[in-house]
Amino acid sequence: MQHTLAVMVENNPGVLARVAGLFSRRGYNIDSLAVGRTENPEVSRMTIVVEGDQRELEQVTKQLHKLVDVIKISDVTVERYVDRELVLIKVSATPSQRGEVMQIADIFRARIVDLGAKSITVECTGNDGKINAFEESLRSYGIKELVRTGKIAMLRGIRGVQTQESGVRNQESE
Amino acid sequence: MKKSGAQILIECLQAEGVDTIFGYPGGQVLPIYDALYDADLRHILTRHEQGAAHAADGYARASGRPGVCLATSGPGATNLVTGIANAYMDSVPMVAITGQVPTTLLGRDSFQEADITGITLPITKHNYIVKDISELARTIREAFYIATTGRPGPVLIDIPKDVSAGQAYHEDPGPLYLPGYSPRLEPDTAQVARAVRAIEESERPVIYAGGGVVSGFAHGELLSLAELLLAPVSTTLMGLGGFPGDHPLSVGMLGMHGSKYANYAICDCDLLIGVGVRFDDRVTGKLDEFAPGATVIHIDIDPAEIGKNVGVDIPVVGDVRTALQRILEKLQPRLATRWRDTILNWKKEYPIEFEENGRIKPQEVIREIYNVTGGKARITTEVGQHQMWAAQYYTYTRPRTFISSGGLGTMGFGLPAAIGVQVACPEEIVIDIAGDGSIQMNIQEMQTAVNYKLPVKVAVMNNGYLGMVRQWQELFYNRRYSYTELQNPDFVKLAEAYGAAGIRVTKKSEVRPALEEALRIPGPVMIDFQIEREENVLPMVPPGEPINKMLG
Ligand SMILES: Cc1ncc(C[n+]2csc(CCOP(=O)(O)OP(=O)(O)O)c2C)c(N)n1
Ligand SMILES: [Mg+2]
Repeated sequence: MQHTLAVMVENNPGVLARVAGLFSRRGYNIDSLAVGRTENPEVSRMTIVVEGDQRELEQVTKQLHKLVDVIKISDVTVERYVDRELVLIKVSATPSQRGEVMQIADIFRARIVDLGAKSITVECTGNDGKINAFEESLRSYGIKELVRTGKIAMLRGIRGVQTQESGVRNQESE
Repeated sequence: MKKSGAQILIECLQAEGVDTIFGYPGGQVLPIYDALYDADLRHILTRHEQGAAHAADGYARASGRPGVCLATSGPGATNLVTGIANAYMDSVPMVAITGQVPTTLLGRDSFQEADITGITLPITKHNYIVKDISELARTIREAFYIATTGRPGPVLIDIPKDVSAGQAYHEDPGPLYLPGYSPRLEPDTAQVARAVRAIEESERPVIYAGGGVVSGFAHGELLSLAELLLAPVSTTLMGLGGFPGDHPLSVGMLGMHGSKYANYAICDCDLLIGVGVRFDDRVTGKLDEFAPGATVIHIDIDPAEIGKNVGVDIPVVGDVRTALQRILEKLQPRLATRWRDTILNWKKEYPIEFEENGRIKPQEVIREIYNVTGGKARITTEVGQHQMWAAQYYTYTRPRTFISSGGLGTMGFGLPAAIGVQVACPEEIVIDIAGDGSIQMNIQEMQTAVNYKLPVKVAVMNNGYLGMVRQWQELFYNRRYSYTELQNPDFVKLAEAYGAAGIRVTKKSEVRPALEEALRIPGPVMIDFQIEREENVLPMVPPGEPINKMLG
């Protein structure tokens, strides 16, 4: 089963290498990984989509927790959440085909972001299913280039993935 | 007053209680060495950076305090790598400090630049590169805190030369702020309650104790638990000494070269209490036949160890000593008398033994080492057959007296480790039980022992083979001894060349007198025991077999 993990990390250099290295050396597969900053400039959020059963997921989570830079991990998949991904697709399109492509884009509420003599580039946001369907429907025109950002996700409702940490604040209090 | 980064480093080390560091100089640590020149901090110059890392490791294992090693950038740093990996695998608290090229030259393949934080990412608990002198003091405090708390491990600090040479005020970094680091010490009460119930319901409990008992100072609590239940205790290689080997409830080591009775006990028990262990494949053999009928309790400080290799029924996550105390507070004693008697019978029926003949048997040599030292020595080992014999035939009764490379299995560990142990325990007898192959991997450290008058004794079990590999070739590769026979130097002359004493032992009758003489000599000694060449380590669980199917 696929799980989407929200991993809050300290914004230290090398943190991406630590996380990526952990996945590769323990043999866990990453389906996608997206990183960016959060409301707190000292904290970045990685959204990692991993494939695995409950046991593997537990190991991934525990091993991630051992990284000193990892503050918090939440499996958003077990709750109600929204997820989004952005894709840019450049398709071959002669001026006569443009209309069709634009119609398809319209159906998916995608936007045209660039227009060339022989190509057209569209941007689309949505969840996995929508983006896959969008890609499928453009395939017959010839996809020249495609790039996906990887998924980002957030819990629904007021509750968030807290960045409040449980770690060491004060050596003296230990 | 402003101070150099190097001076700040030394003051921070002193503030952490460091009295000795093991190191080797070079260009990018020149500012640090200059500050060491008149610092009140003992520096031991090894002859190889690997030696410095293993010495720091041995120091830490013997004392329970973090070991510190220091090397220059590039080749100095990469020479530390095996030692760091070794400490990581055995959860040894260590702080490794490396010099680095100046920050302005980083990332340009500068002379003697190696990305040591990148290289050591998978073999350190955490690591740092300090790019700003204002971060130095805080980084050092964090490094020691991380290395020594929770599950201990090595932490590396890479210091570019412009940082160690730079000037700054040494300000106290204040309280630590590590939002992602919070080792759990106090176990969950519900977990403890479940463990207590399972223990009270069990009729055939076995305690399987590992390195966590030793590093967590939990040997006293372990003894209480065993005696309260009359439960047999088996230790891993790393756990030797964590439970007194001469105690009637001790069944010795388990696993590939464990005792038969330990492995039988594991296979027959109805409750397995793992304490500070990690269910390593050398211990479990074929996984699904390991303790097949048992409820498994696993007590460990590292939550990631729970369920990593073996399904666990009752996890107890926390400091092992605290966890055992909590269990002991609740536990109604219940004596497994009949089970104890079964085990005692197995102990009589399947003793660990070897056949004597006219030649020198390594097992006898180890027993004699035990006899002449009254079992009071600190033993380090290299890796191979001699290591297993040292585990089987010397009885360890105190924690931190058996110091061996368990997880990584590093040939060349024993001699530098013995140096570190001797530094930590200057009044004690320290003996490296070595193989003729392994000793040549860090033989240069004989000079370190001589220079610093560290009277370590090296007992070379000289079989003229990479014996452990030869044993596998004999058993599983049709006796095709491919590149495992060794032509060796004259170890006596070699010892003498270093300024140590050398003794050669070719006859059985000379074993004991040679050991007695070695102990009388005030300095380092190397003894070349020319042992039976093709002796095997038995019993043995062939790879992939369940642990009760033993050869020998
Ligand atoms: C650095 C290193 N290289 C290779 C090995 C593989 N290895 C394990 S035991 C062994 C033989 C050790 O020979 P020796 O030190 O003579 O000990 P013996 O087994 O003969 O007692 C070898 C080569 C290792 N453990 N470590
Ligand atoms: Mg040998």
